[in-house]
Amino acid sequence: MIYLKAILSLAGLGAVFGIMLGLAAKKFAVESDPRIEKITGVLPGANCGGCGYPGCSGLASAIVGGSAPVDGCPVGGQAVADKIAGIMGIQAVHARERQVARVMCGGGADKASSRFAYIGIKDCRAAELVSGGPKACTFGCLGFGTCVKACPFGAIEMGSDGLPVIDEIKCTGCGKCIAACPRGIIALVPVSKRTHVLCRSHARGAEVRKVCKVGCIGCGICVKTCPNSAIVLEDNLARIIPDKCDNCGKCIEKCPTKCITMANESDSRVAVEAGVGASGRPSTRNEDSAGCCVAK
Amino acid sequence: MNLRSFLGGTHVPHSKEATAAKPIREARLPAKVTIPLHQHTGAPCEPLVKVGDHVLVGQKIGDSPAKLTAPVHASVSGKVAAIGYYLQSGGRLVNSIVIESDGEQQLSPDVRPRGTVEDLSSEDIVNIIREAGIVGLGGAAFPTYFKLVPPPGKKFDTLVINGSECEPYLTADHRIMLERPDDIVYGIKALMKAARVGRAFVGIEDNKPDAIEAIRRAVSGVPGIEVVALATKYPQGAEKQLVKAILGREIPSGGLPVDVGVVVNNVGTAAAVADALKEGMPLVERVVTVAGSCVREPQNLRVRIGTSIGELIEECGGFVKEPAKVIIGGPMMGVAQFSLDVPVTKGTSGVLALSRGEVEAEDVSMPCVRCGKCVEVCPMRLLPLFISQRAEAGRFDEAEEYNALDCIECGSCSYICPSRRPLVQAIRLAKSEIMARRRKKQ
Repeated sequence: MIYLKAILSLAGLGAVFGIMLGLAAKKFAVESDPRIEKITGVLPGANCGGCGYPGCSGLASAIVGGSAPVDGCPVGGQAVADKIAGIMGIQAVHARERQVARVMCGGGADKASSRFAYIGIKDCRAAELVSGGPKACTFGCLGFGTCVKACPFGAIEMGSDGLPVIDEIKCTGCGKCIAACPRGIIALVPVSKRTHVLCRSHARGAEVRKVCKVGCIGCGICVKTCPNSAIVLEDNLARIIPDKCDNCGKCIEKCPTKCITMANESDSRVAVEAGVGASGRPSTRNEDSAGCCVAK
Repeated sequence: MNLRSFLGGTHVPHSKEATAAKPIREARLPAKVTIPLHQHTGAPCEPLVKVGDHVLVGQKIGDSPAKLTAPVHASVSGKVAAIGYYLQSGGRLVNSIVIESDGEQQLSPDVRPRGTVEDLSSEDIVNIIREAGIVGLGGAAFPTYFKLVPPPGKKFDTLVINGSECEPYLTADHRIMLERPDDIVYGIKALMKAARVGRAFVGIEDNKPDAIEAIRRAVSGVPGIEVVALATKYPQGAEKQLVKAILGREIPSGGLPVDVGVVVNNVGTAAAVADALKEGMPLVERVVTVAGSCVREPQNLRVRIGTSIGELIEECGGFVKEPAKVIIGGPMMGVAQFSLDVPVTKGTSGVLALSRGEVEAEDVSMPCVRCGKCVEVCPMRLLPLFISQRAEAGRFDEAEEYNALDCIECGSCSYICPSRRPLVQAIRLAKSEIMARRRKKQ
């Protein structure tokens, strides 16, 4: 009898509250655009913030609200843009070329000298605050791997020479590493542009030579060599204009300090052929995940 | 004895014995000086001379139209040999003027007496202090004239003069108090008039009884100035702790002494103000403590601004042994140097060559054991362990919630930490990132 009472009263309470909750859900239902949920579903889901909105759902609301374009996700690329265009019922746009991050410094531990022994937090931003960092070149990579920690996609690893290596297969161009680097050494470039000046030093040639074997000394030979006039010399530093460069490689041959290189000749190409990332882990990039290698 | 002080803080070994009893000695005239155009808080100066110009002692060689700046002057007479970027104590290259001395030390005609405190108006004094390039000589190098004029809507009622010199090793202020008490008092009177206040307190730690005595004697009969003996505790000379100890007033978070009606200046600054008024001599020299167990003859030197620290160490007999670190400033807040070819600037209070026993030179940091000692000693009543933990994890917004920006970087937490963690460095990183984010938002 006692059991029956308890079961009945609890079941009764359950029924009453169930009905009440059911009615409340109907009555107070919030109208939400189903497209937001759909778009959130096709976005990579890494919440990296590369689009400038707070996470993937933030971008989805902005796209539905009309304040962001359907190709607003820099990570997803064309595939995701097409899907979002489909959900929004508009013509698929031609997404811009995929951008990847590149480290514009070639002065690894074996090539660039340091000016003092640094003891402290292993973080580039912290080291930069200590007398401008231990590296003799005040423009070069400090090599403590702050960009590695900042990358939400695991696309950056420290190489044996103390310079970060970016796996261009995993890199989605979100720009987190660029914001984390205190020296502004990482740049986003279109993936097809492979010729780069791996130096950011604006110091004069003689000073560059003192501190680094592979720094740009601002000699201007590349400017004269380039058949497309794609290189300009600005404040002792050669800069390649991506739109004009056709990767002919003539500047690379002529550069006396070998600071101009063809991007990721070794690491990435081998990685692409073997189907693995630079880290040795299988690349998870495929059409559906569209560059996202963070578990959804 | 019931001495006034503040909450928190540490008792660090003073290590002042080597230099405290020795009179200040005039340093040799350097063959050349490298005078940075940016030695102060605020905008850098533009050079007013060209390479090849002949300059005289006290001649203004750099100034800026910016609101917050401090002009720089030639500290030797001679020829401008170069203008370019040279290494400064912060590890940065700073636009500097190199002057080759002609050995004559001929004075510029601009160096002439400016009048007495009684004759000059408040504005005159503020202007003389600006033109003399005087900045806070305690180490922060904040332009003094700027501090003396309260922002609109605020007023000063008290001047606090900092003679506590709580950093170990440093005795420059101590010696100035012993050797120039009357000039200090004259400078205080000028600063009182400039800031339009009726009373001033000179705070001196009780480990310098002779200095307390000397200043007491000099102020006897001078209305409005009082000497206060303070407990010897680090960082007694930090301005927020000093104001709290002497007046019992707490400067609000993110605020300045002016928010409680106080302006704080160093004893050395007061002496420099006296020089600027009495002789018209701008800030072209300062007293620097050269000490540490690696220096053969530690002493206080009166040094021309722009002299390289290597020359100072040579003048003190060179190194007895290879130092583990050479530090500009005190051992708690100073900056380790990687080159001896950096010039003495207006903010250089000391040059210390420390051995392995005196300073840490290896990475010995271990994980935090949550002992809470850093919390106990923090004079700002912060939680250094939590701020540093957040900073090292890159969670700067949380560090901000723990009031990272209130940290005065005194180093008490790093000093006391049994795990030898780089707490101040982590907090500094947090402060820099928080400020960068604020600038970005604007």
